[in-house]
Amino acid sequence: MTSDRIRKFFVLFFVCGFFLYLFGPLIIMGLTAFNSSAFPRVAPWECFTVEWFDVLSNDTRLLTGLRNSFLIGFGVVLFAVPLGLAGALMLTQVRERVRPWYYTIVISPILVPGVVLGISTLLFWDRIGVMFGASRDSLFYNGFFLTIIGQSTFIAAYTMLVFISRLQRFDSAQEEAALDLGATHVQTFRKILLPFLKPAIASAAVLAFLASFENYNTTVFTAISTSTLTTVLASKVRYGIDPSISALAVSIVVLTVLGAAIHEVFKRREEAEARQAGLVAAGVMERKSTQKQWFLEPALIMILLVFIAGLGTAFFAGTMGVEECKVAVREQKRIETQKRIEELQQRQQAERAAQQAAEEARRVERSQRTGTENFNSIFSSDNLQPQAGDTAPATPQSERAGTENFNSIFDTQNLQQQSGQQEEAPARTGTENFNSIFDTQNLQQQSGQSEGQSGGQSGQ
Amino acid sequence: MSADVKLEDVWIRFGSFEAAKDVNIHIQEGEFFSFLGPSGCGKTTLLRAVSGFLEPSEGKVLIGGQDMAGIGPNKRPTALIFQNLALFPLMKVWENIAFPLEVRGVGKAERRKRADELLELIALPDQGDKMVNELSGGQKQRVAIARALAAEPDVLLLDEPLSALDLKLRQHMRTELRAIQQRVGITFIYITHDQGEALTMSDHVAVMSQGVIEQVADGNTIYDSPQTAFVASFVGENNHFQGKVTAADGDMVTVETPSGVLRGRNIERDGKPQLAAGDQALVFIRPESLRFVDGEKKRDNVLEATVERQEFEGNFWQVFLQVKDCPRVVSLSMVNDGSSVGHDVGAQVKIGCDAAHAVALPVGQMAAE
Ligand SMILES: Nc1ncnc2c1ncn2[C@@H]1O[C@H](COP(=O)(O)OP(=O)(O)OP(=O)(O)O)[C@@H](O)[C@H]1O
Ligand SMILES: [Mg+2]
Repeated sequence: MTSDRIRKFFVLFFVCGFFLYLFGPLIIMGLTAFNSSAFPRVAPWECFTVEWFDVLSNDTRLLTGLRNSFLIGFGVVLFAVPLGLAGALMLTQVRERVRPWYYTIVISPILVPGVVLGISTLLFWDRIGVMFGASRDSLFYNGFFLTIIGQSTFIAAYTMLVFISRLQRFDSAQEEAALDLGATHVQTFRKILLPFLKPAIASAAVLAFLASFENYNTTVFTAISTSTLTTVLASKVRYGIDPSISALAVSIVVLTVLGAAIHEVFKRREEAEARQAGLVAAGVMERKSTQKQWFLEPALIMILLVFIAGLGTAFFAGTMGVEECKVAVREQKRIETQKRIEELQQRQQAERAAQQAAEEARRVERSQRTGTENFNSIFSSDNLQPQAGDTAPATPQSERAGTENFNSIFDTQNLQQQSGQQEEAPARTGTENFNSIFDTQNLQQQSGQSEGQSGGQSGQ
Repeated sequence: MSADVKLEDVWIRFGSFEAAKDVNIHIQEGEFFSFLGPSGCGKTTLLRAVSGFLEPSEGKVLIGGQDMAGIGPNKRPTALIFQNLALFPLMKVWENIAFPLEVRGVGKAERRKRADELLELIALPDQGDKMVNELSGGQKQRVAIARALAAEPDVLLLDEPLSALDLKLRQHMRTELRAIQQRVGITFIYITHDQGEALTMSDHVAVMSQGVIEQVADGNTIYDSPQTAFVASFVGENNHFQGKVTAADGDMVTVETPSGVLRGRNIERDGKPQLAAGDQALVFIRPESLRFVDGEKKRDNVLEATVERQEFEGNFWQVFLQVKDCPRVVSLSMVNDGSSVGHDVGAQVKIGCDAAHAVALPVGQMAAE
């Protein structure tokens, strides 16, 4: 009884853990897309926003990469699906004894590292290009062409696996029947085999597209100067990311889930029809002659409604009161920092007072002794004080010139600036600030810059 | 149109395995011809050679007098109905039927019209818009026939098309098939391992065993005058007794068996009697030819036996007997005329038959029980 409950508990625990492991990163990433924080993160949560989608839609480099990825994906589908189909058909034709060998050979590109495929594609076509004396802007050096060819080498093997599993269920007697009834081989292929393979062609196309879309290892070599989504993302990661990447991921996930849901609806419907057909054949049921229209499918309507509602809510909530929220967050941060600064200053003052008191005491002591120059006081708070006093009132930071406050890196003033900058960074475009992130000068400059920008924005 | 089919000295080999050995058959045009034989004897193989899916290793296939060597299945005037029908599941019923027309480039309206005519012929009117998997087994069967007929073949080849159906439907389809054949008048070559089917439907039957044609004849001859031990034991029930021929006179022989002396017909093959004095022989007597011998009526062949078991089969009784010095149980069947068998289990009886109902054949390979 109890052991049973313990077992159940562990099973539950394991299942939860498993799903957390699977979806945890996705959920976190999804959330970061809606946090106004400049760096993709969930905690601390600042403001719910959809501005990252906006940033995403303005990121031309990323969008160009995305477009190229789509083009290459379609190219790969057009190339790898027929190739895989041919390979699978060939497998059914070769003799029994040759089959394992053939299979091993055509499947081997899957086992070869993508990097190797990329490099070898590049080298191979370069050789060919040299052989034909082709110029640098010919097909042999075209990033699109090479990427499509290079990715297809292994993606064709994937699609072939899809076709093989479908072909295994093909009753070859159908082919013979068609031939026997007078069809030519081409007709047999077109009218019998191809319709049978249609679902497999669709799955193979989706598989090929996705495999191409997410490929990096091969693409990074074959793309040459062409950028794809993956190569852009990779370079972004190197030079600094912001949550617009999460926004992109969320978009892709939503589209994928939507597509899968629609596919599922259609599949269910097909199955239901097949079941009905079975019942009709068995004489259990009358055949319903009215064919339902696909757009009347209730489940489909539900999915679309939920999708549209979610989209609407997100954008409504994401655009309403974001600015106010951001101002509030900024204000709060400023207050917090202010408080910290004040605390620090108070502490410094207190220390100074104590030191002064001690100094006073010493001076009294010293004046009683013979008066010598006071060298030790170089590090005394007396010296420090004017400096701190110098920085504190300098509110318009941009006015301050370059390097003068290099030594004040841990100055409270700087901390304040940094916090301000962190909040504003998203407004900045590009990658320029990742390598120099720890440069205080930069921080200051940028904060000033972003301050100006946000001022401009609020002014609009 | 109809055509005759001729197989001349046909050998078919798969590696060292011989699936057809020296087959010589002439199938007349317009007849219903059956191949009958146990599973794996090479029936489908022969049919595939006729339809063009495989070329004989040796010999010729002629259809309508024309040598078919090198002519592919889509060019031959044959249509094959497959063992598993091989209907196209992704097409509607009428599209299935019209497929042979479609590949010939016949227009859609014409195709539909012809399909409807054929649906009429197979008694499935108004079912053309169903999908194939919405049909029952017997209906699918008929659609397969209609599809083959749509190709307007001179020869229709049927590979055990009824084997998947239940008994009732099978019997119904037998008459239906025969009716269709008489209506369209083309040559039907029919394959089966069900002898009832072969005997009821066919003009001629070829009995096959292990790639060899044992006998070609009409159903009656096959049943009453089998030419080989295999045919005698494969077609219908039969009791057999082995012995030595002591005398061969005219078309009768006398065979001495451990159970007694039996007389039977000396069946000719290729115009010659097969047995001579001194040969080892098998005497076959069908259960329905055996009778209980009661004192007065005289029989040519009489055997002493003990009743072992009786089974009531509705329209007849099946009696199993132990015959003196015969290692096998002998069966006897008698029509159920309302009275009982008349002998209890364990009773000593005499059974016998006339020499005209006994068949004597050379010893040879027998059908598996
Ligand atoms: N392609 C092939 N390669 C090798 N042997 C084959 C081939 N096709 C058939 N055979 C062999 O030839 C023999 C005859 O096969 P066939 O299919 O003609 O039998 P069948 O009489 O139609 O039997 P069934 O009643 O079970 O359909 C079998 O022993 C089979 O194993
Ligand atoms: Mg067969």
